[in-house]
Amino acid sequence: MDLDPLLLARIQFALNISFHILFPTITIGLCWILLFFRIRFTQTKDVEWEYAYYFWVKIFALTFAIGVVSGITMSFQFGTNWPGFMQKAGNIAGPLLGYEVLTAFFLEASFLAIMLFGKNKVSNKVHLISTLVVAIGTSMSAFWILSLNSWMQTPAGYTVIDGVVHIDNWISIIFNPSFPYRFAHMMIASLLTAAFFVAGVSAWRARKKVDGPATWKVIRTGVFLAAILAPIQIFVGDLHGINTLENQPAKLAAIEAIWETEQGAALTLFGFPNEVTKTTDYAISIPKAASLILTHDLNGEIKGMNEFQGVHPPVAPVFWAFRVMVGIGLLMLIVSWFCAFTLLKKERLSSFQQTALAWMTFSGWLAVLAGWYVTEIGRQPWVVNGLLRVDDVVADHPSGTLLITLFAYLLVYIFVMASYISTLFYMSTKRARSLMAQEEKNTLTPMQGDE
Amino acid sequence: MDWLPIFFVGIMGFALLMYTVLDGYDLGIGMLLPFATEAEKDHMIATIGPFWDANETWIVLGVGVLLMAFPQAHGVVLTALYLPVAVMLIGLILRGAAFDFRVKAKTKYKRTWNRLFFIGSLMASMAQGWMLGRYVMGLSESTVSTVFAIAIACLLPVLYSMLGCGWLLVKTDGVLYRKAARWAKHFVLPLGVGLFIISIATPIASTSIAERWFALPQAIGLLPIPVASIMAYVVILWILSHEKLLNDDYGWVVFVALIVLCVMCAIGLAYSIYPDVIIDKMTIWEAAASRDALMFAFYGTIIAVPGIFLYTVFIYRVFAGKTTELSYESPGLE
Repeated sequence: MDLDPLLLARIQFALNISFHILFPTITIGLCWILLFFRIRFTQTKDVEWEYAYYFWVKIFALTFAIGVVSGITMSFQFGTNWPGFMQKAGNIAGPLLGYEVLTAFFLEASFLAIMLFGKNKVSNKVHLISTLVVAIGTSMSAFWILSLNSWMQTPAGYTVIDGVVHIDNWISIIFNPSFPYRFAHMMIASLLTAAFFVAGVSAWRARKKVDGPATWKVIRTGVFLAAILAPIQIFVGDLHGINTLENQPAKLAAIEAIWETEQGAALTLFGFPNEVTKTTDYAISIPKAASLILTHDLNGEIKGMNEFQGVHPPVAPVFWAFRVMVGIGLLMLIVSWFCAFTLLKKERLSSFQQTALAWMTFSGWLAVLAGWYVTEIGRQPWVVNGLLRVDDVVADHPSGTLLITLFAYLLVYIFVMASYISTLFYMSTKRARSLMAQEEKNTLTPMQGDE
Repeated sequence: MDWLPIFFVGIMGFALLMYTVLDGYDLGIGMLLPFATEAEKDHMIATIGPFWDANETWIVLGVGVLLMAFPQAHGVVLTALYLPVAVMLIGLILRGAAFDFRVKAKTKYKRTWNRLFFIGSLMASMAQGWMLGRYVMGLSESTVSTVFAIAIACLLPVLYSMLGCGWLLVKTDGVLYRKAARWAKHFVLPLGVGLFIISIATPIASTSIAERWFALPQAIGLLPIPVASIMAYVVILWILSHEKLLNDDYGWVVFVALIVLCVMCAIGLAYSIYPDVIIDKMTIWEAAASRDALMFAFYGTIIAVPGIFLYTVFIYRVFAGKTTELSYESPGLE
């Protein structure tokens, strides 16, 4: 069998980065939530906040560890899979990645130790500051990596000399046109993911009747955070889309499956994009809506794929991924508002609401992956938009080598993911600490407990 | 000649040396696990609990500097080492995952996770040794180069295990302390013989390295390196063979002497390679990024690296002393 090494290299990189992004997505958001628990404990001296912190800091550590080790993989794969990228764009990619290591990685990894093990070694104040430092570290990390990713989408501030990218202006490189939108969109996505994650796991604990007062504090935190952020995210996402129309019209044409440039383009809700016939089969669409949303004008012009012959991304995956992302986003809005309205009036959610939240535990993951597929597949065939093509930078490994390592990574990732989720559920079935304390009083049999 | 590439090759060397010593001892702990009882395994892993994440970050800094300052070499080195890099990464993933899962997953899986922790540590260490061997041989494909790489792939796990023993001598007491001393006695001879053979074999296997070491005026200036190494090794032997010194808790000297040994090896290695970044193929100036890129990276580095150093010291001070807390989890409120 003759497999295309480029395709294999891409699948391998996609597999690694897809697996990796799941864990930082949780930790970036979760750390700020942990900081909130810590602050609430410091303010109120309510020990339930402390229980919440220690239950979630363990899950944070587990998630963080997998994020770190899968992230090490990423730092190597830039070189092993895309050496041409480093040779041609290394002047920009190198320092941005370097800054991430220097300003974020050590900060997170070092102060995490205090978050986890420092309780009896340092004062509450130092402990609180350490949590803040880790939260800043995770966000700094996102800042640099998203700056680089955005530069690859909307390169700015550079000149090309002899095929190698050189620096004109670092400020324009770091704050390139799509960066502010992508950074805001991803930070909110992380917080939303973490909000549904903590609320979902806690709701599941409530369904299993192992919940204590801390569990409900966590549910309230998650639900209200999500209810506030979901609409903001939709607004930011819309701005991001308009930015894409300006800078990467080919990606936008694929998202909306617009084949020919048109004025007053319709918004296709669903359909099956067909690249052979250049039509969208069985399309359900709203006339003029795409132009209205993207140009804020009923007859605004949107460029179609016909303008980018041979250099537009594959349409179907981008089109579908976008709809999955938006669909989950809307679902998040509905579920979080539905639960938030109840929690404004009552202490507890109905069992239906608890089940709904539990089902939404990993909704953030799906939305984030779908969103990244839109962005990254939407950039194809470029690695740096308009500047460097993916097939020009790929390493020249034999297909066999790539295939073997691909399967090895795949096996390890499936195994680690299965362990992660089962461990998460196992940890979640441990009884809440306050329940445990109560039972101890009643029966005098000490039980293992958490939260 | 531009000084920036020299600065960055120094930072890269420093990061990789830090990695060897720091992640070396925690990889070593991983490889020592099969020799310990179940309770001792928990205790051993508790000694590295607060440190391993940051320890592993040093290799990311090493690779990060390679990528930031020497993009031309980054591609060449990592393409040539594609397979061992994959083995190392899978080892590190298994190990990192096992670290948390072994205490958080169901108790019946703990043995499996302990085993994976061992396997991951061994995979990563051997792969690193293999890569180091191939790198010292200038990434060339030959029988000599392969044999050399295999030799280092066997030696590096021994060095790491020895560092693991040294770390346990610093961080534990009682039965585990005495066990660590016993383990160290088993590793010390293979380590000494291995390092000796590699030191002799390197200039024989690589003519470029031989030229750098045995030209006369430099050869005298280089003498302190082997002398200090031999002294460090003798100190290790001396401490390990004196029960009284061990009983008086002088085990930490073994760890310090091992660090001296690592530093000497690193200086020797750096001298062997400089001014190339890939021996006989690419000098550091040929591999370097543009001056603008390096200047930007330079400012970040001189601000961040001392900061990293300071808070690393802070963390080691917070968690100084013998590790008594057996539980991985923080006790929370009582």
